[in-house]
Amino acid sequence: MVDVAEKIQVKNLTVTYAGIPALRSANFSVYENEILGIIGPANSGKTTCLRTLNRLNDLDPRYRFEGEVLIDGKDIYRRWNVFELRKKVGMVFALPTPLPISIFENLAYGPRRDGVHSRKRLQEIVEQSLKSAFLWDEVKDRLHESAMKLSGGQQQRLCIARTLALEPEVILFDEPCSGLDPISTAKIEDAMRELKRRYTLILVTNNTKQAARVSDRVAFFLMGELVEIDQTQKIFTVPKDGRTEGYISGRYG
Amino acid sequence: MSMRRYYEFVIEALIFASGIASIIFVLLIFIFLLKEGLMLFEHVGVFEFLFGKYWYPISEPPRLGILPLILGSLWVTFGATVISVPLGIACAIFIGEIAPGWLKEVLKAGVELLAAIPSIVLGFIGLVTLVPMVKKVFGLPTGLTAISGSIMLAFMAMPTIVSIMEDALNAVPRGYREGSIAMGATQWQTIRRIVLPSASSGIIAAVMLGIGRVVGETMAVMMITGNAAVIPMSFFAPVRTMTATIAAEMGETVQGSEHYFALFAIGIVLFAITFVINLLADFALHGKQIRT
Amino acid sequence: MKLGNAQVEQKIVFFFLFLSTLIILIPVILVLIVIISRGSSVLNWAFLTAMPRMGMRSGGIFPTIVGTFYLVAGTLVFALPIGIFSAIYLSEYSKRNLLTRIIELAIVNLAGVPSVVYGLFGLGLFVVFLKFGASILAGSLTLAVMVLPVIITASREALQSVPRSFREVSYSLGATKWQTIRYAVLPHALPGILTGTILSVSRAAGETAPILFTVAAFYLPRLPQSIFDQAMALPYHLYVLSTQVPNVRLELQYGTALVLVGLIVIANLVAVIIRSYFRAKKQW
Repeated sequence: MVDVAEKIQVKNLTVTYAGIPALRSANFSVYENEILGIIGPANSGKTTCLRTLNRLNDLDPRYRFEGEVLIDGKDIYRRWNVFELRKKVGMVFALPTPLPISIFENLAYGPRRDGVHSRKRLQEIVEQSLKSAFLWDEVKDRLHESAMKLSGGQQQRLCIARTLALEPEVILFDEPCSGLDPISTAKIEDAMRELKRRYTLILVTNNTKQAARVSDRVAFFLMGELVEIDQTQKIFTVPKDGRTEGYISGRYG
Repeated sequence: MSMRRYYEFVIEALIFASGIASIIFVLLIFIFLLKEGLMLFEHVGVFEFLFGKYWYPISEPPRLGILPLILGSLWVTFGATVISVPLGIACAIFIGEIAPGWLKEVLKAGVELLAAIPSIVLGFIGLVTLVPMVKKVFGLPTGLTAISGSIMLAFMAMPTIVSIMEDALNAVPRGYREGSIAMGATQWQTIRRIVLPSASSGIIAAVMLGIGRVVGETMAVMMITGNAAVIPMSFFAPVRTMTATIAAEMGETVQGSEHYFALFAIGIVLFAITFVINLLADFALHGKQIRT
Repeated sequence: MKLGNAQVEQKIVFFFLFLSTLIILIPVILVLIVIISRGSSVLNWAFLTAMPRMGMRSGGIFPTIVGTFYLVAGTLVFALPIGIFSAIYLSEYSKRNLLTRIIELAIVNLAGVPSVVYGLFGLGLFVVFLKFGASILAGSLTLAVMVLPVIITASREALQSVPRSFREVSYSLGATKWQTIRYAVLPHALPGILTGTILSVSRAAGETAPILFTVAAFYLPRLPQSIFDQAMALPYHLYVLSTQVPNVRLELQYGTALVLVGLIVIANLVAVIIRSYFRAKKQW
């Protein structure tokens, strides 16, 4: 892995909620077209880190932030318009979060807010996004039914498609399979491997095995600290830090 | 993009303006009551107005003492409170703690129905049913008395008392009740020793707001209390409340006359009373501090 | 098995609690029965659609129904936008600070101001100061201020019951704050807002004191032509019939009361139906 482009650079990132530290001076980079897995126990700062990247943490008034995050070399707080940033950096949440409107309207939500109103253009976007998320065949005949009628796994792929509809460059996954059965999980993982060709993916997961299955590299967080980040294979076979080994073996053992 | 920015800026300005509209309206109400009401005190002293024993607004010169009206309101309110507080609390306990699911819904719908019947309709019904009944039962020359008003108002305060108190009972954590029952207490012992004390601030608020409702009630009271502007000596005599005085006399006053100003001044007194009652009720519910 | 003292006490207490509930609710039922049974004898199409005749001692109540509808419509026009926007401010924008606390106290106090004081306020501000005169405009504005706290409270609750995740999804898709409110929050709060609004405005329709000096006319030979005209209104008409005009047939008064109560109960039923329909449909 030489000469890979750094899509995201995180420098000295420290995050506090109401004065309580959630993340302490994290430094790492995410390369273009890779899947970076982020693992660690609950409250280790994984999700906090993820929600900083698309500035969704801004919604919490208790949130404070120090350090620097660059996407495409540009500081997300100083040089990115926050709405442009969020279109560029899509997010899939832990539980499926379709809005209680039709499948079509869920997909069209982002483009519409972005000013796309041509029916034809919207239909193209919807079809393309659903295909990329491997959902098209299952829902093409019922685009105007409520998205709430889909199964959990389908809903989660709908959320992925909804993100894709904005033609993002980075997609953040926040424990996307935590509520799903193994078959649905496998489908999502397949989709992620496919999406990697065109997008940069970050996957926060509680499931170490999942990180091992789909990630190119893995970062291990513990109590707000980035302990170690390396090739997936190295993390799982020869971790440099004893704490990493402890966490992984605890999970395996 | 800048067009959209501009549009959102305008919308958010409107949202903020609407957000503080409530404050503005409270201030406007206060200002316009003062604007007209304070004019009175160029002619009549504050003390003379509040404690004067005679309300003869159309005599020459007019005598504008509202003591009989204040006492009339107090009298009727006191009677209504005595009737409605125990009944209302009992009803709220029954609905909130004892009645099984279906009955609870039916009873709540009944209370909502009572709240939905306009004051004027209750006044009318009171006039044709309650008033003759009071006259007959107590052997009075007229049924248009303070006691009729108190009974009527007690009913009108009921939905306020019952619904707010029921909310307060609902807010008591289930665990409190289970803990008590588990220690062998009966349901009634649990209600009395655990639930009611825990809900006490909500009960106080319910009673306060009920009283606020009674003090401000106008039409029904005007129709059935007889409207005699004399210092009331008995529950079985006609009385006249502050609200009824405004409603009954404003139509006959000349704009800018002392009488006109005096009615606004009564409005100030009413506004002040309900303002204090509502503030106290809210403090009972939410505490004085800013929630942080 | 012998009951313990505690159980006997409980039985007695519960009986009295039940009795109290009956004492409150039985009169409600009696009132409705009386109104319906005695009012329905005059209730027919002509009663609803004819003008009053012979000094209102016979004929119909058409102009009072029309007037009440005008007042309700006017109240909605003014109170609904301000109420919803105010609720949006409280639910989506306000921070927990002193200003918010003061707004909340103002709402509580608005809700507690006696209806006759609203009448004075409307007279002072709209009728006299703004020179609208006694008119539908002045009456609607007065009623609008009166129902505002109820609409705000109901709308705020409805907005806050929309899950936070809807907002997060919308923001994560690049929507602005207003777009998020407009497209991801408001549509899902609308049933609740609607229910609260119908309930509050239907109550406003039954109010007499606030319209006494701001719009209500004793008798008008023709229907109002503009928002600057006075209007007759159902509740004030009932007041007039029962206390101001001698020798009105009691049935006519019951009939008027029945129409007023009927309209309010219908509005309440509609609100309940909307609420339960959307509750059943709600998937979150």
